[in-house]
Amino acid sequence: MLLIKNGRVLDPASGTDAALDILLDGDSIARIAEPTGARDRNEAPARAEEFDATGMIVAPGFIDLHCHLREPGGESSETIETGTRAAARGGFTAVCPMPNTRPVNDNASVTRSIVERAAAAASTRVWPIGAASTGSRGEGLSEIAAMQKAGIVAVSDDGKPIATAKLLRQVMEYCQALALPVIDHCEDPSLFAGAVMREGRQSVRLGLTGMPAAAESIAVGRDVQIAELTGCHLHVAHLSARASLELVRAAKQRGLRVSCEVTPHHFTLTDEDVIYDTHFKMNPPLGSQEDRAALIEGLSDGTVDAIATDHAPHEPASKQVEFDRAPFGVTGFETALALALELVHAGRISLSRMVELFTSGPARVLGLTRRIAAGEPGDLTLFSTDRAWTFNSEDSASKSRNTPFHNRKFRGAPMATIVAGRVVYRREA
Amino acid sequence: MQRLRHLLGTESLTAEQITFLLDEAKPFQEFQRHPLKKLATLRGKTVALAFFEPSTRTRISFATSASRLGADTMNLQAETSSLKKGESLLDTVRTLDAMKPDCIAMRHSSSGAAAFVASHLDIPVINAGDGMHEHPTQALLDALTIRDRRGSLAGLNVTIVGDILHSRVARSNLHLLAKFGCRFTLCGPAMWLPREFEGLLGDIPVRRTADIDEALQGADVIIVLRVQQERMHEPALPLDEYILLYQLTAERLRRAREGALVLHPGPMIRGLEIDPAVADGPQSCVLEQVTNGLAIRMALLFLMIGTGTESGAPKGTSHAAD
Repeated sequence: MLLIKNGRVLDPASGTDAALDILLDGDSIARIAEPTGARDRNEAPARAEEFDATGMIVAPGFIDLHCHLREPGGESSETIETGTRAAARGGFTAVCPMPNTRPVNDNASVTRSIVERAAAAASTRVWPIGAASTGSRGEGLSEIAAMQKAGIVAVSDDGKPIATAKLLRQVMEYCQALALPVIDHCEDPSLFAGAVMREGRQSVRLGLTGMPAAAESIAVGRDVQIAELTGCHLHVAHLSARASLELVRAAKQRGLRVSCEVTPHHFTLTDEDVIYDTHFKMNPPLGSQEDRAALIEGLSDGTVDAIATDHAPHEPASKQVEFDRAPFGVTGFETALALALELVHAGRISLSRMVELFTSGPARVLGLTRRIAAGEPGDLTLFSTDRAWTFNSEDSASKSRNTPFHNRKFRGAPMATIVAGRVVYRREA
Repeated sequence: MQRLRHLLGTESLTAEQITFLLDEAKPFQEFQRHPLKKLATLRGKTVALAFFEPSTRTRISFATSASRLGADTMNLQAETSSLKKGESLLDTVRTLDAMKPDCIAMRHSSSGAAAFVASHLDIPVINAGDGMHEHPTQALLDALTIRDRRGSLAGLNVTIVGDILHSRVARSNLHLLAKFGCRFTLCGPAMWLPREFEGLLGDIPVRRTADIDEALQGADVIIVLRVQQERMHEPALPLDEYILLYQLTAERLRRAREGALVLHPGPMIRGLEIDPAVADGPQSCVLEQVTNGLAIRMALLFLMIGTGTESGAPKGTSHAAD
């Protein structure tokens, strides 16, 4: 048993914001109570281990809807063990790895191997996402139902869009019946072709091929219409453009089952930050100042459902190349919360909204609930809103170092991560 | 004047630095006319020429400049390099660096490649063209050519015609000439002329037009860009269409100021982007540009890797022969 004492419990889903103690028993939350004073010490189970959360926020366990753990096949960049250790250091209690591994997670045996490996080595829960099409090649449906039985929580051909409107329709019709969300990496391949960053003043200045925002929003428009046609839940991955956000907002207003996620790098940086440093190269690329402002607006007003990291590790050598030859992707687990807190400190989103975006928001995308209540899973994220620290990528638990936030100074940090009643990460004092 | 650490582009140069470089190039211009073209100024120095993209004129210009200064050269060409065998750019240039050259002049098809290499090596890097980004020695030799003919760079109306989007020559010229108060008109097919060019120089206005007659009106200097035929397929534009709308003909040239200068970075394709009558006409500076390329590159090498104890740039004939 573990007693989390003296913390401020902040759980938007149950409307809780109070100084409460939480008792975890086994892998679940056993009890939530007013802080135990001397008078009722007898009530506290004598054998409970205590965790002093003084000065900390105690939130439901954070969920990351979008990451790449690279196992199987890319173990030189990341493994389920190292990736989830980094996730735990970032305050995440559950992460959803995308299927673009080698082999692609497009059948139940790959899914099972990921689930088994996670059971043996992961610090957090691992909820795999299965490929929508075989090999994510965009030709025919993968074994979605079998993968669902093995543990996938959604499907996606992430890294690229679900190839055609027709295939997307089939996938969505099929997943509608299975109650699985379809997550799409929205991109028009012909407009994207050759691009290494967002098209704009900076791409023209640097002489790098740019992608117009429309390359994303055209695909979002397609997807929203197929979602309407099929009634299936569409989740837009790593949304980066104002025009895409407006399409999602309009779809929601019309009552469609459309959700979206935004990454910390997209709400923090812009294309103006790209100066040939491959640690600023990811797909979708960093957008304009206008896009960034729109994304923050969307985070605040509820158009955006979740903050997702798109943690995409690449081993150092692969990023130490010419900008146009470097792979897309940046790591993100360990900086996500601190970057979101920057928005809170700047008064752009409230603290409880931020917690939603990491907890009940992503849970709802997966058809789950996430709240602090007796009987719920013992997953908690404890963080400080004002702990000063500097992120040093050399200290990262990830196998990779490809972050644009090396040496960034932060205010606020994950302090402890509890998964199934067990402390999997605790920040050193 | 502080020694230039690297030359990666003209964007980061100041007007003072540019003027200094052009002034330093003057004696080297004279020198090219000398019967014995060999100095001892950089004797014992080695210039690495790393050309990861096919190039003839720029590579020969650098090699000749180094040689005329008495320096040795190390040559790496893409065709023969280990890049074909899968070695990374970084490993390749580190290998070159281990042979202890005093500087490296490099060309590469990736924008930012020179800056990337400069951030990993201790020796000076001269960008001899990086992708669509910059080609600073070209802009410097263009500036030298223009200044010679016009006496000054100040306040000129400069028109650049062609595939602006993909042109490192255009970018380097814009950044350089902007520092001398030039006014710019960019002209070409719209898909090669994104509106973002209007903001490239900050507050300095850049006019865009798809109409060459309008673009040439009042021009003091016309820079004609090479038509990269390999790009014609990319947003498909028929060559004949380009010739029809954008070829610099003698008739069109009459719209420019009298005696307007015509520059072309080469290689030039007669009958495509330029009418032979213009290419060979009195307003054409094409061959001067080539000769000035030597003067600029010699001045640069001298300033960047000279030890400072040499007798310096040639004055008259006394240092010419070695």
